[in-house]
Formats: sequence, structure tokens, C-alpha cells
Amino acid sequence: MNTGVRSTDRIALLPVEEHQRRQRRADSTCPQLWDALDSVKDPEIPVISIWELGVLQDVELREGAVIVTITPTYSGCPAMGVMAEDVVIALREAGYSNTEVVTRLAPAWSTSWIMDEAQEALREYGIAPPGRSCAGEHAEICCPQCGSSNVHSVSEFGSTACKALYKCDDCSEPFDRFKPI
Amino acid sequence: MSKEMIKQYAIRLGDDAVVQGHRLSEWCSNGPFLEEDLALTNVALDFIGRARMFYSYAAEIDGGDFTEDSYAYQRDCREFTNLLIHELPTGDFAFSMARQYLMDEFGLAFMECLESSSDETLSAIAAKAVKESRYHLRRSRDWMLRLGDGTEESHNRLQKAVDDLWGYTAEIFELDELEQGLANEGIAVDTTALKSNWETAVAAVLGEATIDVPQGDWSIRGGRQGMHTEHLGHMLSNLQFMQRAYPGQEW
Repeated sequence: MNTGVRSTDRIALLPVEEHQRRQRRADSTCPQLWDALDSVKDPEIPVISIWELGVLQDVELREGAVIVTITPTYSGCPAMGVMAEDVVIALREAGYSNTEVVTRLAPAWSTSWIMDEAQEALREYGIAPPGRSCAGEHAEICCPQCGSSNVHSVSEFGSTACKALYKCDDCSEPFDRFKPI
Repeated sequence: MSKEMIKQYAIRLGDDAVVQGHRLSEWCSNGPFLEEDLALTNVALDFIGRARMFYSYAAEIDGGDFTEDSYAYQRDCREFTNLLIHELPTGDFAFSMARQYLMDEFGLAFMECLESSSDETLSAIAAKAVKESRYHLRRSRDWMLRLGDGTEESHNRLQKAVDDLWGYTAEIFELDELEQGLANEGIAVDTTALKSNWETAVAAVLGEATIDVPQGDWSIRGGRQGMHTEHLGHMLSNLQFMQRAYPGQEW
């Protein structure tokens, strides 16, 4: 998708929840904690952080304790437990031993919160990104290897809850697609 | 409205989800082909996740020593309040997919209504579930068409599955005192109001799949009151084995 405009020059169209989330980080009184958590990656997709994924919702410092709020991606995603553990470890390494991880369900997580840079990182990693469309909507899917849109769906469900299986009919490579939700 | 009633309602929805998820998980490594095996277990995982959220909410309301695990692993058959259709054995692939389709068609509409519940937590859980349910329904509906309009063998198996399941669907659209009370308060879903849309949607898909809609001349109910088929006990003996053998065991 080459529109001739660099992603950094594009005016981002953000869902309001995503705008508020970025605002919370920008206005935070403890930016060093958010920075420390940039090292926490999705264990299944180690190229994107929980911040870029939209899972990390808030970080607060209250009387020496760090309260980290995360939102689950899929209801039964086993990676959520690992992410919560990794949050505690990352903060301990940054010198904060008293961390509580809180899970918040509303508003429900959406792939439209995944940041543009992370969508590009997914593609480079070999996963077709979800784009900005919503669940069930038709969106053009391109092979992350050769860029062809001549692809077909093999299965609605792939190697993890968040992915579907596709195959490219030009370069014949099978690939995962991050499902829009 | 008493919190205790909301707790009971959350447990019911958790029971539906854990039993449905467990039955789907029994297909793990038994799916007809690899991709389908992955799909079945992925859907199973969504339901187990849903069960965890409903049970956690019940435990939070309870405020005692109960956790999500207590509800799943430390109760016996008569304390489970799932709808009977979920506990029926997996059967053949046609049976599992027919059940999944009938319940996905209901489940999506149900979660869309629960999303506007006046209870914030139930609404939040439903908002997550709706997104997943759209994928579930799309897939199970496709399978109805493939199996029903497939070979003679697949058609006959699917027809038999739908016939065998039909009598268990009546219970889905009935409210007892607890659910009626919560529905009046805008907390629970009034499932009686979902019935005619469900029937229309199912009849259309079955029609396209060349499957006859059953007469509906028998029905069986009792799950919400803890009256179960003989199958639930066998399922729980498998599901609960580890926690019964080693109480409190963690990974």
C-alpha cells in the first residue's frame, strides 16, 4: 500500500478510545514507567509491544505501588497471562517491586487500536495486518511475502485466537492474517 | 435488584460457556483436518475465556473465598445450571457443527442484547463476546451449507443431527423467575423475545442447506434447575479430574 505519503505525515484517524489512551500516556506523571513497559512484547508476536498492540491501557503510581491496567485481546487468549507476568518482571527490573496488574474489559479491545507502525511491523514479520476495518467487514488482504492480493482463505481460525490462515495464489506461501475485531 | 440474583445469572452464563467450550475442546487432535482442528479449539478457547469472565464476576460479587476455578472445578452436576444442549456428547462432526450453528445463531443475538444490560460488567463481557461470535457464526453457518448440500452421507448425518438437537432448543427461549426478574430490570436478556428471529434465521439457513426444519413435537428442559442428562457427569469427571485428585493444584 504505497500512497506516496509517509505514515508519519498522515493525519491519523483514531477511534476515540485509542485517542484517549494515547492522551493518558502523554499526560502521565510517570512517563518512565510507560517507557519501561515498552520492552514488554506480545509473546506470540515478539515484534510488537503491548503498548503498540493497544493492550496497555494505563499506568499509575500510587503511594509507591504501580497499578498497570491492561485489556484482554480475545476472551480466552492464553498470552494475556504471560503479558501480565512480563509487566511485573519489566517493572521489577526498572526498580519497582510493588506492581498490581488490573484487567479492564470495557471498552472492548479492537484491532483498530493497533498502531500504524505496529501494523507495518506485523507485515514485515510475515503476518498480514488487520488494517482499520471492523469485524466481518470486507478488506483487501495482501500476501505479506510478495504483496499480491490474489489470496484465498484456508481457515477462519489460525495458529492463535487472533489469526486466520490464508494462502497466496501467486507466490504459493501460506500466511497468517491478524483478524479484524 | 439483589446482587445475589446477578451472581446466579453470571454463574449460569459461565456454566453455558464452560460446558460448550469443553465439548468443543474434545475435538482437539480429532478434527477432520488440521485447519478445522485449529478452528474448533480456537472457538473452544473463546468460550473458556467467556466462562472465566462470568465466573470471575460471580466470585467478585460473592466476595468470599470462591474463585473462577471453584465454580468450574468444585461443583457437582446438580449445581451446574447450563442449558442441556451444551452438555450432549460431541457426536459426529455434523452433530457438533449443527449444535454450534444453532447456538451461534442464538449466541450472537443474545450477546448483542446483553451488551445493553444495565449491569456494567455483564455489558462489558458481552461487548467482547459479540466480536468473537460474529466469526463463530460465519464459520458454523458455512459448515451447515457444506454438509447439508454436500454428499448424501453428509446430508443425512446433518439432518439426523438437527432432528436430534431440535427438542433441546425450546429451553433456550424460556425464562424462570430469576431471569424474568432480572430481565424486568434490564439486566438479563429476555430470550423469549429472540425466538422468532432465531427461527426465521435458522429456517433460512437450513432451507439453503436442503435440510428439513424438524416438527418440534418433543422438547426437554431442566438445565437451569440443575436437572441434567446423564452426559454431564461423565464430562465433569474428565474436566474436574485434576482438581479433584490434587485440590488447589496450579501449573
